[in-house]
Amino acid sequence: MNRTHLQRLEAEGIQILREVVAECERPVMLYSIGKDSAVMLHLARKAFYPSPPPFPLLHVDTTWKFRAMYEMRARMAQELGMELLVWQNPEAVAQGINPFDHGSQVHTDVWKTQGLKQALDHYRFDAAFGGARRDEEKSRAKERIFSFRTTQHRWDPKSQRPELWNLYNARKRQGESIRVFPISNWTELDVWQYIHREGIPIVPLYLAAERPVVVRNGTLLMVDDDRFRLHPGEQPMLKKVRFRTLGCYPLSGAVESEADTLPAVIQEMLLARTSERQGRMIDFDQAASMEKKKQEGYF
Amino acid sequence: MSDQDLIASDIEAYLRQHEHKTLLRFITCGSVDDGKSTLIGRLLYDAKMLFEDQLAAIEADSKKWGTQGGEIDFALLVDGLAAEREQGITIDVAYRYFSTDRRKFIVADTPGHEQYTRNMVTGASTADAAIILIDARKGVLTQTRRHSYLVSLIGIRHVVLAINKMDLVDYSQATFDAIVADYRRFAVQVGLHDVTAIPLSALQGDNMLQHSARTPWYQGPTLMGWLESVEVDSARLQRAGMRLPVQWVNRPNLDFRGFCGRLASGRITPGDRVRIQPSGRESNVARIVTADGDLPFAVAGDSITVTLTDEVDVSRGDVISSAEDPPEVADQFEATVVWMAEEPLYPGRAYLMKIGTRTVNATVTEPKYRVNVNTLEHLAAKQLALNEIGDVKLALDRQIAFDPYLSNREMGGFILIDRQTNATVGAGMLRFALRRAHNIHLQHLDVNKEARASQKGQRPCVVWFTGLSGAGKSTIANIVEKKLHAAGVHTYLLDGDNVRHGLNKDLGFTEADRVENIRRVAEVARLMVDAGLIVLTAFISPFRAERQMARGRVAEGEFIEVHVDTPLEVAEARDVKGLYKKARRGELKNFTGIDSPYEAPESPELRVNTAQSSAEEAADSVVARLRELGLIG
Repeated sequence: MNRTHLQRLEAEGIQILREVVAECERPVMLYSIGKDSAVMLHLARKAFYPSPPPFPLLHVDTTWKFRAMYEMRARMAQELGMELLVWQNPEAVAQGINPFDHGSQVHTDVWKTQGLKQALDHYRFDAAFGGARRDEEKSRAKERIFSFRTTQHRWDPKSQRPELWNLYNARKRQGESIRVFPISNWTELDVWQYIHREGIPIVPLYLAAERPVVVRNGTLLMVDDDRFRLHPGEQPMLKKVRFRTLGCYPLSGAVESEADTLPAVIQEMLLARTSERQGRMIDFDQAASMEKKKQEGYF
Repeated sequence: MSDQDLIASDIEAYLRQHEHKTLLRFITCGSVDDGKSTLIGRLLYDAKMLFEDQLAAIEADSKKWGTQGGEIDFALLVDGLAAEREQGITIDVAYRYFSTDRRKFIVADTPGHEQYTRNMVTGASTADAAIILIDARKGVLTQTRRHSYLVSLIGIRHVVLAINKMDLVDYSQATFDAIVADYRRFAVQVGLHDVTAIPLSALQGDNMLQHSARTPWYQGPTLMGWLESVEVDSARLQRAGMRLPVQWVNRPNLDFRGFCGRLASGRITPGDRVRIQPSGRESNVARIVTADGDLPFAVAGDSITVTLTDEVDVSRGDVISSAEDPPEVADQFEATVVWMAEEPLYPGRAYLMKIGTRTVNATVTEPKYRVNVNTLEHLAAKQLALNEIGDVKLALDRQIAFDPYLSNREMGGFILIDRQTNATVGAGMLRFALRRAHNIHLQHLDVNKEARASQKGQRPCVVWFTGLSGAGKSTIANIVEKKLHAAGVHTYLLDGDNVRHGLNKDLGFTEADRVENIRRVAEVARLMVDAGLIVLTAFISPFRAERQMARGRVAEGEFIEVHVDTPLEVAEARDVKGLYKKARRGELKNFTGIDSPYEAPESPELRVNTAQSSAEEAADSVVARLRELGLIG
């Protein structure tokens, strides 16, 4: 009997989660509330059943996520009975860092990159699960499943450990850590299909609905709360839109869509002609930017 | 109906169909010159895996870096990190994803440069099949032999010989046939029996998806046709004996004890009689537990949790196996090792070995031979350097359950980990266990300073504290030893207390005796460094010549002189043992600082001043200095 590709990917993800729990002292799961996180969390529930997953969830918050994401976060924490840690970079809070005044680059660096490092140091986590996939972006195609980081959280693409068979080397010295990507080998389609098959709850923003948006530099931005700064003459209008990726709402581009069910979203995605990350504005700032962010410690 | 049509007309039907696709992982072997990147790029392009923004980016990139005169350069699709892109090379293993109407694929792409062996073995270790590329103009080259040997070594059973750039030899059947005949002779030699040869032009698309009108003489499958239909090894693995390496024991409460792991081979059903290896205890499978309800059975590749009918002792690293056909248990092996680190494999050194879910200490003997990967010759070898492959004997510190790699990858493949850097330094494949008669005679091993130190996972050295009586040498050395001990370092502290009463009790305090005292301490310290220890010595050792002698007894970099630089007034004021008073009264002769000189070190590795800092702070600075010098982790 042949296992399907989703069954093989699921089994691999579960094996990775268990291996980290068996070999590391203080693992944590980075929970971004998006669809990849949702899949990772679902795998964790399966991997350790009937025990709850033996690690907390960590949300590195920017205070600028969509309201629907905060609602989902509260719901999941309650349903799973897992500890949910929320970290907001205190310096970013004090300085009021936001995407309007500081731009996407500074905003993302201070809240997310610096915030993540602070949180990992603060709780002394030695392994952090992330929902990154190799098909998302070219520089990720070479990322290991167990990605080793220095005591300064730096990623050195030249000194990553070779990964053979299903044998993962999780050994590290005091202060060093690893980022672990259990769904490395999944594609966007795999993620959607698995969510569909397993009935995994996702933030409703992934499905098309009438939402107040403005068009800025050719990107549709949702006016999710009254912190959104409208330019003179800008007037939010209702459009039927959905999001392909979720992040900070002023930095997430929506697409106009009629797809208000999961199969319809998958259909649109398969027939679409632009790739997933295009809606995510942080990648546009500079060439090979994701690789640079990784070296600085973002994911 | 094609995928695209079905997606548009009936997405639910498409999803049901797609859900039943199987997965094939394959590796492509060849260099950029053979058109490897072009071939992968073409597969992605033809599978419609490219979006408009990616295509736009590739078109822009093609103009900037491309080699196809402004045409789309498929090779750029499979390019990765910025640094590599600028150098025009790839340096690692990259994974690509695409799917067709029938299958989902994961491609491991490895470069054809110096690190080739390491990268290719890594990429091949998870592959079900391999594509070996040949440039039709060049035929079978040295690198073709190397690729084929590595594919065979890693146990890939299904191979395509992709004879590319047929457009540049006018699609000549004679050229194709000659290359195939040449290759087959070699393939049999390395043990590759299932090889399908396909004439291709990745650039032009010939025989990629559709049979090319330009090769009417070729009747075999297209490349995509072959990829979509080649058998994955799951059937073979499911027929093999059941093996469940235990990853984690799930104990939510006293009533539940589940053993979690990924089934390496075979099939498991509740009621099966199982044997736990290496302990040999037996029990029966009670349940296969999942979040979606119990399973009636599970097969190789599944991640599962099982419970047993008896309270047997099972922990991580054990293998639950079929009772009729359990794996062998042994602690000495012959194995093939691929070396992956800059620092060579040294015989006699202890490494960590991870096999399945078990990590043990392993000592490697001198290689029996190393393989010239280009000619397959066996060469004599004292060690294995980066990218070298050789046969070695392994001695483990305990028994493990295993199967030979060729019959079961998961049960016979292992990695070697450096105990100090934690880097993965080698990959290996167990061939067979050594019987008693073939046991490794460890006395034949070169057990030297390096081997002893390596077993302790540290770099040995002497930390030589010198200074006036009452300066604080012993106090600081004691604190340093405690700190090192707490950090897992193997140490020994030599001071007046444990030397003067035994080894040196025949010595007095004349100048000659003091010289002899230090000579003996230096010799003992040398022996202890040879034993792999970090030795701390706390003696006044007032004379430069003696300290120089002690330094000369060990290798360069192994002598760390610490001057405990406490002014005479301070030391004398402390006078813990009342010695200064005695000396001042003339009751003690030759007392350093009073009537015998102290020759302060000119350039010690470290100077600490206990008048200005506490003993604790001084000890911290010693530990910090040792870390700085790379002597401790």
